[in-house]
Amino acid sequence: MRDDLLELLWEGLRQTLYMLVWSSVFAIVLGLFLGITLVVTEKGGVLEARVVNRIVSLAINSVRSLPFIILIVLLLPFARWVVGTSLGPTAAIVSLSIGAAPFLGRIVESALKEVAVGKIEAAKSFGASPFAIIFRVLLPEALPALVRSLTIAVIAIAELTAVAGAIGAGGLGSLAIRFGYQRFREDIMFATVIVIILLVQAIQWTGDSIAKSIDRRRHRTE
Amino acid sequence: MISIRGLSKAYATPSGKLQALDGLNLTVEKGDIIGIIGFSGAGKSTLVRCINRLEEPDKGSIAIGDTVLTGLKESQLRQARRKIGMVFQQFNLFEGKTVFHNVAFPLKVAGCDKATIRKRVCEVLELVQLGDKEKAYPSQLSGGQKQRVGIARALVNEPDVLLCDEATSALDPQTTYSILELLRDINRKLELTVVLITHELDVLQHACNNVAVIEQGKIVETGSVDKFFLYPESDTARRFVHIVEHYRKKRFAVEGVGAGI
Ligand SMILES: Nc1ncnc2c1ncn2[C@@H]1O[C@H](COP(=O)(O)OP(=O)(O)O)[C@@H](O)[C@H]1O
Ligand SMILES: [Mg+2]
Repeated sequence: MRDDLLELLWEGLRQTLYMLVWSSVFAIVLGLFLGITLVVTEKGGVLEARVVNRIVSLAINSVRSLPFIILIVLLLPFARWVVGTSLGPTAAIVSLSIGAAPFLGRIVESALKEVAVGKIEAAKSFGASPFAIIFRVLLPEALPALVRSLTIAVIAIAELTAVAGAIGAGGLGSLAIRFGYQRFREDIMFATVIVIILLVQAIQWTGDSIAKSIDRRRHRTE
Repeated sequence: MISIRGLSKAYATPSGKLQALDGLNLTVEKGDIIGIIGFSGAGKSTLVRCINRLEEPDKGSIAIGDTVLTGLKESQLRQARRKIGMVFQQFNLFEGKTVFHNVAFPLKVAGCDKATIRKRVCEVLELVQLGDKEKAYPSQLSGGQKQRVGIARALVNEPDVLLCDEATSALDPQTTYSILELLRDINRKLELTVVLITHELDVLQHACNNVAVIEQGKIVETGSVDKFFLYPESDTARRFVHIVEHYRKKRFAVEGVGAGI
């Protein structure tokens, strides 16, 4: 029985991590793209394009206003088209990435907006191109804030994997629901919850230490 | 060296159009160190930001040497900006970069190679007396040191013109003097044309050869610093000098005849 439990947990954790890592990677890439686009295309931005800004903003708000569970269902045909199946963890990665990207876009946007306009002006005054301003000023200056925001986002994605699990994606979420809710195996449910808590703690701790080490380097006293 | 003709710039504000610059004319000779003085809201920052087109002028022309900046396309403007250094009141250093990488920034975006960058950065850091600080981050520096980094960064690309918008206004008097001295020093050594925007007489007195007085978006008076203090003509100049005059009279009253300046 013990072995059985451990095996179930291990399998669940493995699937959750698989979904979490890949969804986070794709969602962060998409989110950075969206967030940067929002910031540089807004009024007074380094690549001002207000129509683009409106469209991206509207698209983000539309996706964000859908409950995730509905979004997954909507994206099933797309997932099948991309990965060949609409079931299991791999299909869930498609939905998770697309579902989380708009939220990431917004938090990237707000982290980048914290960069003082004076620094961007300084960069412009030295003849920096918009591309150089994005990659040499905006992103590096916002780095500690970005790391903190992305930590929150990865935790949110971990929560979403559980939701995806509820409708057949596998992972810890599915374990908790299949055994705990449907078969009244409270021991499994309880163990799953512990593993999820530890997972979230680990993510938070990792994000915090990275952000702290960046801050410490930038503000160390000699 | 710098020739500005009929420069106008208006801002749209909730309460209507605000004419920040109003057909402004100004000529600055090569190698000069000129102070542009005016009260708050006179249009000083708008003027200096129009010179490198951080602010897009509505009308008028700006030329530096043979380059007419107002006619340039984006990519040409970026090239031209590399020869116009700018120093800011709030320093605007990159907090995520060391002193070295702050100063290297203009060279990196210009595509210089590593060896050239190292050589140039070390030279200018030496020039601003921060040779030992290249590995520090801006948060570890004092205000005066930060502004020295700002100046080094503005000089690293060997510009023809250095624009300073209230470069010493965030600093205490002692630090202000040392920065002004540095600017004079640089002006002499590098034969650089320097434009100092200010609302402080100290800056004129300690750093400038010539002065232009700005009032409601127009240059209302130009001439040497001596002339400015001895024979102020414009309203603004008189109001500035009046303050000095007031204390000179006071001192005269206290110490009696013979109290010189
Ligand atoms: N971005 C802006 N939008 C609207 N009004 C502005 C803007 N920048 C400056 N102004 C206005 O233009 C006038 C000149 O400003 P500025 O050039 O900053 O003056 P100074 O630097 O001499 O204090 C002021 O009345 C100011 O309020
Ligand atoms: Mg100003």
